[in-house]
Amino acid sequence: MFAPIAEAAGWIYRAVFNLLEWPMLAIQRLTGPQRIAWVFLLPNLVIFGAFTFLPIILSFFYATTGSDNILLADRPYVGFQNFSVLLNCENYLDPNSCQRDLFWRAIHNTGWFVVLQVGFMILFSLITALVLNQNIPFRGFFRSVFFYPVLLSPVVVALIWKWVLQRFGVLNAALEGSGLPTVNWLLEADWAFFWIIFVSIWAHMGFYVLILLAGLQSIPSDVYEAAEMDGASKWRTFSRITLPLLMPTMAVVVVLSLIRAVQAFDEIFVLTGGGPGSATLLVLQFIYETGFAVQPRIYGIAAAASILMAVVLLVLTLLQLRVTRNQAEGGST
Amino acid sequence: MSLGFLTRTRGRGRFDITDWLTWIYLFTAIFLMFGPVLWVVLSSFKTEAALQEYPPTLLPLAPITVSVEGYEEPLQLFRVIAGEHEGKVLAQVRRIGLMSQMVDPANPAEKLQVNINDRVPEREFALALENYTALFDRFNFGLYFWNSAFITVVATIITVLFNSMAAFALSKYQFRGRTIVFVLIIATLMIPPTINLIPIYLVVAELGLVNSPWGVIWPAVATPTGVFLLRQYMLTIPDDLLDAARMDHASEWKVYWRIVLPLSAPALAVLVIFSVMWRWNEFLWPLIVLSRSENFTLQLALNSFQGELQTAWSNLLAMTILTLLPITLVFAVLQKYVTTGIASSGVK
Repeated sequence: MFAPIAEAAGWIYRAVFNLLEWPMLAIQRLTGPQRIAWVFLLPNLVIFGAFTFLPIILSFFYATTGSDNILLADRPYVGFQNFSVLLNCENYLDPNSCQRDLFWRAIHNTGWFVVLQVGFMILFSLITALVLNQNIPFRGFFRSVFFYPVLLSPVVVALIWKWVLQRFGVLNAALEGSGLPTVNWLLEADWAFFWIIFVSIWAHMGFYVLILLAGLQSIPSDVYEAAEMDGASKWRTFSRITLPLLMPTMAVVVVLSLIRAVQAFDEIFVLTGGGPGSATLLVLQFIYETGFAVQPRIYGIAAAASILMAVVLLVLTLLQLRVTRNQAEGGST
Repeated sequence: MSLGFLTRTRGRGRFDITDWLTWIYLFTAIFLMFGPVLWVVLSSFKTEAALQEYPPTLLPLAPITVSVEGYEEPLQLFRVIAGEHEGKVLAQVRRIGLMSQMVDPANPAEKLQVNINDRVPEREFALALENYTALFDRFNFGLYFWNSAFITVVATIITVLFNSMAAFALSKYQFRGRTIVFVLIIATLMIPPTINLIPIYLVVAELGLVNSPWGVIWPAVATPTGVFLLRQYMLTIPDDLLDAARMDHASEWKVYWRIVLPLSAPALAVLVIFSVMWRWNEFLWPLIVLSRSENFTLQLALNSFQGELQTAWSNLLAMTILTLLPITLVFAVLQKYVTTGIASSGVK
């Protein structure tokens, strides 16, 4: 059944690329066989330029201009006013004392979210990877069990849990059935915050399990055999062999998950919409709402908040590069 | 604290406490990971009335109706659980206040009065397929599916083409500025599009691409991840092969698509899988660019339906299932490639 499809695909492939043969040959005559590399690079560079490099420069113009016009020519220069509005706080630990209290609430929420989500996710990912690293039957199947939610779209993930957690949902029914009190999970601030952490761990854990599992499997088995011969206890083997040898992988996992957590948005936006109140409002949702959802659209504030977030991400990414380099070097020691 | 089970790497022959802990952990995990998805699958086959029920039934059930002699419409069956007619299974003719007028299907001539609290509906397993068919009749599901499929397929083709061309240039040519270009491309990994939303929106708006699928497709086709992945793979293709083709007067373009691309198939497959996953599941950027409902992708349609006050959960759940189905099928078929691809490249 697949053979004719593959044949047809191959035919289309040859036809399309053959069609470009003559124009590309003409270009090659002009550029010579070396400088044609730039022609191959061109499409990518145009897209990069238009949608990555140019916007980076533009974002500084937005952050230093005011009004709700999207066109830069119509925006008056305001200097660092947008930043000072965002950073104007009597006490940074108390969002209510800030001029933009929602921004600071979002920062507080994001801070807690990052710490708790990354912390627990890595703990559970590590336990899972260790369990799956054993010689158990159906290992491939169990690996897929953990990985499956990673593939689901954030909207689907949020709707699945919304259905489970709703007031008259299956979780409350199960609690009531066993005589426990029921809770309106997504409408009580603390519980809503618990569930956004839980759901985002549920959705992303499988990815980190895979990476940690790959790390565990790269530990040579003769190290364990030697430890066993020396009569090392299981706990000692874990703390003195597995954990140190896994550290480079761990570091990558920590930094990757930190970068993701700082930018968390999709599932949470659909699951709680930032509510109740602003209990689960995170920084990216603040940026989205300030820039696109609320009228008038305050592009300047949103761009300034983006730049502040970019600084945090930049620091984390530099950390990642450092960690990855250390890992590459550490491989030889 | 017994953490021993975490460190064990080889079986010991007998089933001890660590095995128990392992299996308890794994079965809890199956329940937690698949349970909610399965629950949505089951729920999506329930009628709206059954969904309102609390506590919910596990399986989708529907009331049984029978046609009784002398009545045109089919009548609903009830089991009487108290009172004079306790134990009988009767069909309801009509309800008057707190009393229900019922007949025995075997003896339709005699009308019986039953208190409505003394009877429970008789039900059987039935799939409410209308939840799914309604999506096509009333909810424009076909259109949203087409929008999502169009963006996913077109964006993936362009991504693979552009990224492989760039990777080819960066891995198989020596030219001035090569390192700078490569570093610049990789550096953009540090600047996720989420922190550039507003200026990217300006560029898209200036190009007249707001409310167009191309406004979703173009900004993300030049993925640094893809260029990096393909370049690393192409570096392993021996240059001798390329030179041999050049000796036979093959153009550089031909070298690219006749030799390098086919040999990069494994890396291309990984990029295709990633791209399909990214595009099908993409949410924030389409949310910003596409504001008219006829342009919505499936993700946006799902989000906007769940935001409406009068959400019919029956249709929403069915739509959720149809949205996760394609990715689930792809995963089921390509499972091995997906997991090894991700584990080896460390990207998502």
